[in-house]
Amino acid sequence: MSINLFRRHVEFRQDQIVLLGMRVLAIAIIMLIVSLAILLFKLSLPAISKFGIGFIWGQVWNPISEEFGALPFILGTLTTSFVALLIATPLSISVALFISEICPKKIGHIIGIFVEMIAAVPSIVFGLWGIFSLAPWIQNSATPFLKSTLGFLPLFQGPSYGIGVLAASLILAIMIIPTISSFCREVFRTIPLQTKEAALALGATRFEMIKITILRPSFSGMIGGVVLGLGRALGETMAVAMVIGNSHRLAISILAPGSTMASVIANEYAEASNAMHMASLGYIALLLLVVTLMVNGLARFIIWKWSPKI
Amino acid sequence: MILRKLKNYLFLCLMTLSGVAVLIPLILIITYVIKMGASSLNWQFLTHLPKPVGESGGGMFHAILGTLYLVSLGGFMAIPLGVVLGTYLSELGKGWMATFLRHAIDLFTGIPSIVIGIFAYVLVVVPLKQFSALSGGVALGIIILPVVTRTTEEILKLVSNTTREAGLALGLNRTQVIWHILIKGNRAGIFTGVVLAISRAAGETAPLLFTAFGNSYFSYGLMQPMASLPAQIYTYATSPFEEWQRQAWAGSFVLILLVLGLNLSTRFFMRQKS
Repeated sequence: MSINLFRRHVEFRQDQIVLLGMRVLAIAIIMLIVSLAILLFKLSLPAISKFGIGFIWGQVWNPISEEFGALPFILGTLTTSFVALLIATPLSISVALFISEICPKKIGHIIGIFVEMIAAVPSIVFGLWGIFSLAPWIQNSATPFLKSTLGFLPLFQGPSYGIGVLAASLILAIMIIPTISSFCREVFRTIPLQTKEAALALGATRFEMIKITILRPSFSGMIGGVVLGLGRALGETMAVAMVIGNSHRLAISILAPGSTMASVIANEYAEASNAMHMASLGYIALLLLVVTLMVNGLARFIIWKWSPKI
Repeated sequence: MILRKLKNYLFLCLMTLSGVAVLIPLILIITYVIKMGASSLNWQFLTHLPKPVGESGGGMFHAILGTLYLVSLGGFMAIPLGVVLGTYLSELGKGWMATFLRHAIDLFTGIPSIVIGIFAYVLVVVPLKQFSALSGGVALGIIILPVVTRTTEEILKLVSNTTREAGLALGLNRTQVIWHILIKGNRAGIFTGVVLAISRAAGETAPLLFTAFGNSYFSYGLMQPMASLPAQIYTYATSPFEEWQRQAWAGSFVLILLVLGLNLSTRFFMRQKS
């Protein structure tokens, strides 16, 4: 009896100790996360105090004269992400529709696996393929075509070296298609079969059925997926760094080389020439962190607003 | 009526076309990597260190081992921690602290890998004043941690409360319920999450650029710079030497085999289970 009581006592203590241990670990991780943010802020403090908020629209990036402004990189990130979304959004939504509504289940399943495999390919492999296969294709095939059809726009003027903003955008588009399309498939899955059958029974064609019963109710869900894709595109580093050409100048043409926030950090951080250079790169990382957190937060908010309606 | 049918037909064609179009880049990339990589891959590549520029031959033995070393290091730090945190969030996850942690972990999965590299840099490289394998391991650990935490939490949340109560009714305490019933009973699911996290970390380059940095030789030291397969591919791919570019393709072939192999086999394994 007393042994039993003793065991109960030990087991009770064991519970307390383990639960306390888990709490302590959780607190430690929270402190780690907070300290990471503080350390990053501290790293970029010299640049923040020197350039202030004007860093965002400063156009010059010159490590030698210690003049730093992030505008070329911010614009580069925005342009590549925007073009990538422009290409990837319609494709991803129609692939999601194709998989879940149009083709036979088995084939759809296989295509779904293939699309998700794109997400598993390391970005360095995308970059390698971009340099040796996509860039020559852009230079030799895509650019003449774009120039002959849309060449009057300033967007498509100037020489093409293959690598540049367009190559980076195309790679980004390929990379974010799985993110958007698998999210859209989740959204489409929540629509009850009866609704679809009701539309068909009323004489709607398949197109009308999809438009009325699937696309309209899932609109905000799809927006959530697109914003998630945007979050991924903003932060993608290696593939972009390898194909964008790493130029620090502002250019309107998407055939010209450029730079993004992530790519400039990847290229210059290990070889930063002086403390201010490093601090400025830290400042860019801080901006990138804030922007991706805001975009991902927005995506979560949209999804959360939308999900109670299921 | 004809117009409606025509519209419908056109729409179906467009969807089918896009379904095929999306597969094209993946097929192009895989076939290109296989074509370029398999022809450059040989036994020497897998078992030798790099030769100096200009000499042919040599390989990425040190980088392959380095990737395994760094991933194990990151996994060793992050996997147990991730499982414990996931259990905490699922079993005790109430109050502002757990909510904050849950959101923070959630948002951590969306942080660009280059920023994670800077985190590891300020956390490990700055205090130690040198690039090291340890900092690379920490960077990969920061990538693995949120994935493992989230999978564990989600899997444990699927366990019905009656299972927990059954354990308690048998006289187990909560620790025993958590360990013997929840974690051991769901080890297949947790394992899947772990392998997916590892396959993601193995392909990451950006966080290693200024943490593990790279090395032309194999080093065993925790405090020395260490080569990794993705970083080595990056160095070789952006170099002007044809021999190195050829080796970059061979490296990509090995990397893609490793990452997609891990990924696909886990999916297959998971499907067999369910």
